[in-house]
Amino acid sequence: MLVLGIETATPQVGVAIGGHEGVLASFHSARDRRHAETLAPAIEFLCKQARVELSEIGVVAVDIGPGLFTGLRVGLATAKAVAHACRVPMIGISSLDLAAFPARFSDRLIVSTVDARRGEIFYATYRRTAGGIQRISDPHVDQPTDVADQLMAQGEECLVVGDGAQRYSEIFEDIRGVEVGQEGFRFPNAGSLVELAHPRALREEFVVPGEIEPLYLRAPDARINWQQRERS
Amino acid sequence: MNTSGDMTILGIETSCDETAAAIVVNGTDIRANVVSSQVDLHARYGGVVPEIAGRAHESLITPVVAEAMVKAGVADNEVDVVAVTHGPGLIGSLLVGVAAAKAMALVWGVPFIGINHHEAHLYASFLDQPDIEFPLVVMLVSGGHTMLIEFRNHGEYRLLGATLDDAAGEAFDKVARYLGLGYPGGPAIDEISSQGDSEAIKFTPPMFHDGLDFSFSGLKTAVINYVRKNSDADTADVAASFQMAVVNVLTHKALKAAKEVGAKGICLAGGVAANTLLRQRTSEMCSENGLIACLPSRAMCTDNAAMVAATAWWKMQNGGGSPLDLGADPNLRLPFIQN
Ligand SMILES: [Zn+2]
Repeated sequence: MLVLGIETATPQVGVAIGGHEGVLASFHSARDRRHAETLAPAIEFLCKQARVELSEIGVVAVDIGPGLFTGLRVGLATAKAVAHACRVPMIGISSLDLAAFPARFSDRLIVSTVDARRGEIFYATYRRTAGGIQRISDPHVDQPTDVADQLMAQGEECLVVGDGAQRYSEIFEDIRGVEVGQEGFRFPNAGSLVELAHPRALREEFVVPGEIEPLYLRAPDARINWQQRERS
Repeated sequence: MNTSGDMTILGIETSCDETAAAIVVNGTDIRANVVSSQVDLHARYGGVVPEIAGRAHESLITPVVAEAMVKAGVADNEVDVVAVTHGPGLIGSLLVGVAAAKAMALVWGVPFIGINHHEAHLYASFLDQPDIEFPLVVMLVSGGHTMLIEFRNHGEYRLLGATLDDAAGEAFDKVARYLGLGYPGGPAIDEISSQGDSEAIKFTPPMFHDGLDFSFSGLKTAVINYVRKNSDADTADVAASFQMAVVNVLTHKALKAAKEVGAKGICLAGGVAANTLLRQRTSEMCSENGLIACLPSRAMCTDNAAMVAATAWWKMQNGGGSPLDLGADPNLRLPFIQN
């Protein structure tokens, strides 16, 4: 079954297509947060290069966050519209699962992070299992110093990955037994999304587009922007 | 386009707090017009909260499009063009519609076209009266905009006047909030005014006699000051007098504009165009002055996607669609001609 993966929860736009042969093609761009401009042409380009028609897609996988609200919505609106128009089901996977996935061969506690802006990070912890990794905590949003304090109290060897960890690397690097993942671990990867979604698709663990809900993890800022509205 | 030569357009509108989709054939034949209003989500804040609007659009857009297509009885392969509002508006809201529209156009292999929200409001008149003659003066009044526009021909617009501060609908919202009438203010003031005396208090909008621009901020302040000084004032009288002042200045300047450009008629557009007194006064004024009054139905005045699809049809007649890398522009302007 062919999976189209769409990942836009960070400043990066990522798309990938793949199936039982693995990832057939992928595209990533992290220039200027142009999610809305880049995503549809990227899907078109990807299909052309992979020599796949959108009508051959069996499932649409999407990163449901947490992450940048606007990027997330562009990805979700696109993924749901593609799934709806292709009449195929969907699979939603968290950006934290995706950011942790490349670290799956580590025996240490994996702390996956996504930069939440406003001095906070989204994070969850993972552990290696037989077939890959397993999330062992609910996703949360917190200040990096609070996350660092928790890790220090736990005193376990950890690998901290994702753009949240990289932004605040000096906070995490100070803790004994904690290593911050390298550049390659920075953003969730659309190829990982396809790899994680494919076995789930074969087990038919999918949902209809209406059941995919973004993980915002933060209440909306309730300020009314009259100026912004003025122009609408 | 299908063999019959008809062009079926799916229109999508998400610029503010309405998630809307419509199917319009050949620019005038509305097969479905679905509008899911988020007004209840924003009511407790007394205005549109951008992040709440963005979240609601994301969850509503696909079901709303699906509903429009089912209502119209249009199959996926019968859509010839996907049109969407790409500005102006709230950026987080616009992006949801733009993303969804591009994705569907991509899957169906049909053109995608980005539409200016203001232009769509101008074209709402054509949905009701396709044969209306140019030139026209359009009074575009809503929570976000207050403009007098000369609609000279298809694609030819000239800005005659605009608000220098609050939009007319914004003044309604703010005054209604001050009077404790709730949100949205337009319908609340419209309703209570029917029980009040519009002559009770004389509010004069600033700049009544100068040019074609508007100012509503001072009027709002005058209402607030009046109520502060007269705590026993009847709310219905205050509301009715305020509404009369807004309607007076709008119609006065629209007529002045129509005379200046030699317009054949005056069109109403935007949410405030649903106001009972404004419709009544515009209609009377037009018949007194030998002008055609174009008062689209209330559903076509407020934000909807049928007007987006109608505009797209006119645009597709001369030119084509937009590139797939089109973004949303919260400050998009109409390409006004200068003279
Ligand atoms: Zn509008």
